Amino acid sequence: MLTILFDGLAYGMLLFILACGLSVTLGLMNFVNLAHGAFAMAGGYVCVLLTRHAHVSFVLTLPIAFAAMAAAGLVLERLAYRRLYGRSHLDQVLFSIGLVFMASSAASYCLGSGKQLVDLPDWLSRRIDFGPASLSTYRLLIAVTCGVIALGLHLLVSRTQFGARLRAAVDNPQVAAGLGINVGQIFAVTFALGCGLAGLGGAMSAALLGVDPGFPVEYMVYFLIVVTVGGSGNLGGALCAALLLGISDVAGKRYLPEAGAFIIYAVMVGVLIIRPNGLFAGAGGR
Amino acid sequence: MSAAAPARTPGPSANTVVTLLLWGLAFATPVIFPGKALLLNEIAILALFVLSLDLILGIAGIVSLGHAAFLGIGAYAAGLLAKAGYGDPLLGLGFGMACAALAGFATSFLVLRGSDLTRLMVTLGIAMLLYELANRLASLTGGADGLSGLEFRPLLGAFEFDLYGRTACLYSLSVLAAAFALCRRLLRSPFGFSLRAIRDNRLRAEAIGIPAGARLVAIYTAAAALAGAAGALQAQTSQFVSLSLLDFHRSAEALLVLVIGGAGTLYGALIGALVFRVAQDALSRLSPQHWEFFVGLILVTLVLVGHERIRRAALSLGVWVRPRRNGAGL
Repeated sequence: MLTILFDGLAYGMLLFILACGLSVTLGLMNFVNLAHGAFAMAGGYVCVLLTRHAHVSFVLTLPIAFAAMAAAGLVLERLAYRRLYGRSHLDQVLFSIGLVFMASSAASYCLGSGKQLVDLPDWLSRRIDFGPASLSTYRLLIAVTCGVIALGLHLLVSRTQFGARLRAAVDNPQVAAGLGINVGQIFAVTFALGCGLAGLGGAMSAALLGVDPGFPVEYMVYFLIVVTVGGSGNLGGALCAALLLGISDVAGKRYLPEAGAFIIYAVMVGVLIIRPNGLFAGAGGR
Repeated sequence: MSAAAPARTPGPSANTVVTLLLWGLAFATPVIFPGKALLLNEIAILALFVLSLDLILGIAGIVSLGHAAFLGIGAYAAGLLAKAGYGDPLLGLGFGMACAALAGFATSFLVLRGSDLTRLMVTLGIAMLLYELANRLASLTGGADGLSGLEFRPLLGAFEFDLYGRTACLYSLSVLAAAFALCRRLLRSPFGFSLRAIRDNRLRAEAIGIPAGARLVAIYTAAAALAGAAGALQAQTSQFVSLSLLDFHRSAEALLVLVIGGAGTLYGALIGALVFRVAQDALSRLSPQHWEFFVGLILVTLVLVGHERIRRAALSLGVWVRPRRNGAGL
């Protein structure tokens, strides 16, 4: 029972790491980036390739995956995404679906369509006992990373000058630009941050969930659930939603295996019907 | 249009002649080139599906990421009816349409709430829900294996479904032509104009007394029924219902086809389906595994360059045959 709770929590935290980047791009910048999972997948592949062929330690691949995906996000933002900020959601959806298709088939072309898992080093697969339940150090690492990211992002957005500029740029790009804020630059950096977080999440999940070319589509719904159920741009809400989702998914798979992912989709549709702006959306919810 | 253009007289114009010729050509193809009948059948079904998406997205402005839900419902309804022993194709078609319409009506109330973003999520969620449902109810739907070995009676009691798909192709084309004529009629009715008014500015449309909510529910239900027809045709002509009909890729593909052809124009759905399937046929022959890459590339390019600009370029080349009728939107 406790083990399920811990597993669910760890899974939920992993989902949060994966989805918090989307919470920034979709929630704050209001860009429907369905290709978020593609960046996560690429981050996962970076991790797999580095540990397998270059024998880099797993922990070291995490910042590398973050940096690589942030760079990729920055390049794509400058080349393409930038042009789509003012367009309709439909255009954004079409564009990012196109990116997903390209990324998925490129991945299966270059790396094969099988699922690839990272082998964890010994010290990460050790289990630590907590009373009746036990927890692997890997899950502990996930929890710590999740906490650091959640706190860091929250402080970044609400307490720093960069956060204030970002919020201003989102609320009214024209006025913000008039006040001397470099809106394009801020959006580029924020977008790169979101993509980097996706890459980090993908690398972290490469050991638990594995990566395969179907990853972007398979987990797209999960990310969207976390962001929309949590309330767009609401990091605390996203964290709560991710934890709820993780626990209910693990518990559902254990106790009602025949229902599968059905429960989660039903909950998502239900929440969106009752509260279209998300469960935790405050007055400022978009 | 120059001022010297002669006033149009009602009756068969050049446009009508071209239209009839093109449809005649489509119907003649399976007879003259039996080898292409299967491909043309697929094109007709895809066109019908995209046409139904065009009704809600292009005409009424309702974004949807889960239109495949109704395709799947129609297919499973027709397939299960045939399994139960009622193998008449037209009965199955009607049943598939009715089931999909019912589902469309029921979900329309959920879909029409909230913003575009919520709508995208809810439609996606409903389609995923149905996918999981069909996957899990293996005793009824066959799960991941799908429904196979479906037996259908001859069409109208006279035309067997043959191996080369000639009957199937003519059947699908007839349904498509009927649906197309219906949509065309619908668009030129006050109902169709009110839908476009709602799409362009819902607030103003409501201010002049258009019951926007009821109209949107009606068109969503009608589009679901058409998508159900496409699903039923798919099940009957392939004698197989696959779980992949409910897949996210189907919904995304329909969006892509519609964008290629041009949303909001009924012919866009047909042209898009034709171009897409022929291109897909050629691409998958080049690289059977990875043609999706090119689909993605086309999507990205279309959005970045802008479909409006591409269509205008095509227009100026004289490729696009369009009725020059102000604001008819056809």
